[in-house]
Amino acid sequence: MSAAELVHVLSGEEIAEIEAEIAHLPDRESAAIDALMIVQKHRGWVSDTSLRAIARLLGMSSDALDSIATFYNLIFRQPVGRHVVMVCDSVSCYVMGADGLGKAIEEHLGIAFGGTTDDDRFTLLPIVCLGACDKAPTMMIDDELIENVTAERLGEIFGRFE
Amino acid sequence: MSLMDTKPLLGRVEEVGGFVDLNAYEAGQGYGAARKALTSMSPEEIVNLVKDSNLRGRGGAGFPTGLKWSFVPQGDAAGEGAKYLVCNADEMEPGTFKDRFLLENNPHVLIEGMIIGAYAIQAEKAYIFLRGEYHQPYRRLVEALADATARGFLGRGIFGTDFNLDLRIHSSGGRYICGEETALLNALEGKRAQPRTKPPFPPASGAWGRPTIVNNVETFCNVPGIVRNGVEWYQGLGLTEDAGTKIYGISGRVNRPGLWELPIGTPIRELVERHAGGMREGFELKGILPGGASTDFLVEEHFDLAMDYGTIQAAGSRMGTGTMILMDNSICPVDMSRNLQHFFAQESCGFCTPCREGLPWIEALLLDIEEGRGQEGDLEVLDRNAQFIGAPGNTFCLHATGAIEPLQSALKYFREDFDEHIRTGKCPYHGRRL
Repeated sequence: MSAAELVHVLSGEEIAEIEAEIAHLPDRESAAIDALMIVQKHRGWVSDTSLRAIARLLGMSSDALDSIATFYNLIFRQPVGRHVVMVCDSVSCYVMGADGLGKAIEEHLGIAFGGTTDDDRFTLLPIVCLGACDKAPTMMIDDELIENVTAERLGEIFGRFE
Repeated sequence: MSLMDTKPLLGRVEEVGGFVDLNAYEAGQGYGAARKALTSMSPEEIVNLVKDSNLRGRGGAGFPTGLKWSFVPQGDAAGEGAKYLVCNADEMEPGTFKDRFLLENNPHVLIEGMIIGAYAIQAEKAYIFLRGEYHQPYRRLVEALADATARGFLGRGIFGTDFNLDLRIHSSGGRYICGEETALLNALEGKRAQPRTKPPFPPASGAWGRPTIVNNVETFCNVPGIVRNGVEWYQGLGLTEDAGTKIYGISGRVNRPGLWELPIGTPIRELVERHAGGMREGFELKGILPGGASTDFLVEEHFDLAMDYGTIQAAGSRMGTGTMILMDNSICPVDMSRNLQHFFAQESCGFCTPCREGLPWIEALLLDIEEGRGQEGDLEVLDRNAQFIGAPGNTFCLHATGAIEPLQSALKYFREDFDEHIRTGKCPYHGRRL
């Protein structure tokens, strides 16, 4: 895709949201993380083309932006399923049996951590401590925190996400 | 006497029975302290008040808050441009869940504390640096910021004074190292969150090269009470030489895991037995990480100690965030150490070699020992690396130092467990996990 064509990659809505962030920052590049997260909110992930279009909008090189994008746990540079399942593997959940739960989830979804189901419904990822350690083990599906997870509850939990 | 006099952070949550919205917060003396500060006190008076109160940073390091604020240049000395006040709400220390509870249930006490802090250092721009995974806290903060702005507590001409404050949320892209304050500032500026060289320290040169104060959520939440009730009251809350209350938390196999706002200096055993209801039947307490994953293990001989900064440090650990992780007798200390090192290895920013290369290597060695491939001499290798990587000054920031704290103490207190794995070529706990 040529530089000129990159102008049309981002939607008006995405550009407006990014410009709103830039408006209260000292320079355009400072909105890099915000811009990546805004585009991901609309598209689920940040493709190479999206990345180049964002870099162009911010006036920075796409390599510099990619070094930022790949640094952060919550910015996805590969496609993900409709729902992102993040299972806590940190110490409090570990103490409460997260390793066994992780295996049960892999089995339930039929994919390993890092994978996406064939129907693109779920992507399964490990995540660090979700800050609900008194209700361990925990996981997060999209923006919903799920506490006191047990293998027995998995059918009910995943059933709520189509 | 209201609950607010003994529990200035969570008393109102208890009274209301959950989320404290603006109306409920104001009905409980809310925003009275900010009004008092802005309309009747000078910035210098507030800095001195917080200094005198002996409030220490609740994010883990325990640095005196008022002293930190006093490093910010005032007047002409500050030069041209903005000053920044930043709340570190990037709670990613494994085992820590106190800030999320505060943000979800009492967001206005944070906002009020930040208004007072911003006025004290004369910053007119402020950010809440929030974990990207903290969606419910985000929703509550958005609502609270809108309500406070509508009431004239944020924005221009607050309380009829000429003080302005623009307070915004930055949602993090997610990395543990963002909790390090200079790394956090790089992230706030939209960059990779690698720690910066110090000095200069943020009060001299922080966000966008301007004077900046970074404090933890719980730290800011302590400020309104100090302004409202004074230094004497605040110091009287603590049981030991530290002042105020502390939000303590417990996770692990106890009957009632949770968190409680209590006088700072409450003993460990009282937290476990009385507040968390003791260990679940069939489990014995073997060790604790007193203040998150990056603190040294403490064991039975320490359980009568007071949870305050000085006492826990003298015992060889740190109070850290004050949220304890309990290791019971069903947990293998080697495997738990592997879990901890996995976290630190993964979250290393990769900038300096001992941390980037050393932590994954330690994790791999622990996995070998856990799975029965340990060899004679492995523990000495771990000891040596713990000494090398853990020594402050051998790495660029304190990430690796924090990683080594639970490892070096596990090697000390649970050495027989490590030895047995190597001697017998298997994990004695394997199959006993529940």
